[in-house]
Amino acid sequence: MAVVVAATAFAVSPLAALGGHLVREGGAALHWSFFTALPAPVGEPGGGMANAVVGTLLLVSIASLMAIPVGVGAGLYAAEHRGRPLALAVRFVSEVLSGVPSIVIGILSWEFVVRPMGHFSALAGAVALAIIMLPLVARATEEMVLLVPSALFETALALGYGHARAVVRVVLRTALPGILTALLVAVARVAGETAPLLFTAFGNHFWSVSLREPVSALPLQIFTYAISPYDDWRALAWAGALVLVGLAVILGIAARVTMRHRHGRRVR
Amino acid sequence: MSSLRHSPIGDRLYQTLTTLCAISVLVLLLVLSARIFVAASPALQAFGWRFLTGAQWDAVHGVFGVAPAVYGTVISSALALALATPLALAVAIFSAEVAPAWLRSILEFALDLLAAIPSVIYGLWGLFVLVPLLRDRVMPVLTETLGLADTPLFAGPAYGPSMLAAALLLAIMILPYIAAVAREVLAAVPDAQREAALALGATRWEMLRHAVLPYARSGLVGAVILGLGRAFGETMAVTMVIGNRHEMSASLLAPGYTLASLIANEFAEASATLHHAALMAAGATLLLVTLLVNALARWLVWRVRRPGDA
Repeated sequence: MAVVVAATAFAVSPLAALGGHLVREGGAALHWSFFTALPAPVGEPGGGMANAVVGTLLLVSIASLMAIPVGVGAGLYAAEHRGRPLALAVRFVSEVLSGVPSIVIGILSWEFVVRPMGHFSALAGAVALAIIMLPLVARATEEMVLLVPSALFETALALGYGHARAVVRVVLRTALPGILTALLVAVARVAGETAPLLFTAFGNHFWSVSLREPVSALPLQIFTYAISPYDDWRALAWAGALVLVGLAVILGIAARVTMRHRHGRRVR
Repeated sequence: MSSLRHSPIGDRLYQTLTTLCAISVLVLLLVLSARIFVAASPALQAFGWRFLTGAQWDAVHGVFGVAPAVYGTVISSALALALATPLALAVAIFSAEVAPAWLRSILEFALDLLAAIPSVIYGLWGLFVLVPLLRDRVMPVLTETLGLADTPLFAGPAYGPSMLAAALLLAIMILPYIAAVAREVLAAVPDAQREAALALGATRWEMLRHAVLPYARSGLVGAVILGLGRAFGETMAVTMVIGNRHEMSASLLAPGYTLASLIANEFAEASATLHHAALMAAGATLLLVTLLVNALARWLVWRVRRPGDA
């Protein structure tokens, strides 16, 4: 047993090492201008990643708009028709699809969107992120809907609700906190993705909120700055990393609170 | 009461919409897989099996073989798995079987956090903390103090970016993932298994060893294989620390390449049709392998967590 305890402590230690470094380096480089200024040219002091922050928000919002309705629909189907071949297939394919490397999703989005358009675009980046989100949303919806006692659904039917109305008004509403939690986790996951954006959203040093233009994103900008030879760019990369991890932590805590608030305990 | 009235049209619309959503998930996977092979076909036709076995990657002369990248992908992932598996299983056992509730929730939160840190940030940390540490502290100890420089595994100069760095970073990254799935598998083992063992006079360790782990075995193997699939496709962190050299070297201190980092580095610059197709073929290889690995792993996990359980 002592071995198990020691191994656990050792396994979690990278979190402390990484977290400590992130707060030290990122905290030192993080200024208000990070959120307000455009990237400065090499050698000029200051500069920020305001355009990348906006770009990430844009990409994630568009991806959510595309992935969430379809994912929730597929999850509902899988939960309601449990045991049917199509429902089983949806569950299996979602799990397999969520294991596809994000870089592969990236080049596929390039093939489907960038190649026909002839240039990199925010739309292509959002499509890539949506493909990554879809199976996560579908699986989570299914799991959360399955947790809703079927008696609730039957009661609604007995009161004269139609099938669709009973699902939307009673089942979905009951499962909503769980689904929202999963959506937050999915958003946090795609907000940190870099590989699928390399050849789709591509990055941009200027303001852009057009879907047809290349757009910057926080992880992309962190990558570009991290592998650059300039010290002030590297420092900004740490600042960006702190912001990105901060975002993931906030979304993670929000997810836990949503869950606990509703159920009094974690479901899984 | 009109708002409660049964509405056949609404119901039919709802059924149609959810069915369409369900079908679209399946179609998506089919379309994606088919398209990547179509895009890869010029390279596959030009090189055939030599695409996988060839060691030369020369965009100028249009010769493309991914053997070194396949080698790097397999070696770095296998090494990471060997490092991460014992630790991840220990964490899962501790969290599911040993830890008191308060510690369990802290541990889960820590693991969730580790899993939620984006790949590029692991890469950043690897590039500026792990690689210098390996270069200045660990590698000299391995080669000089322990005198391993003569063995092929640790031969050659130690620059820092290397297969070893990639494997270590990958191990840190896949550990929380394996641990999370393994924990769920252990939690799915019926309590009757445990109670029966305890009733027979087993200690906690004997109960684990003889009643819990055998029951969970296939699911635990599935968890580990899921981690392998993760490691195969991991891109940013590996690209930042592996050194990106298209060569096969037995030495863990030498730089290498993986399929994912090959695509990440070259795709944006590829202009020739064949070069593009070759990178698509690398992606198709990666897709095919990860699909097979994931399908196998999910099946193994499902055997413990039956499909009905959420």
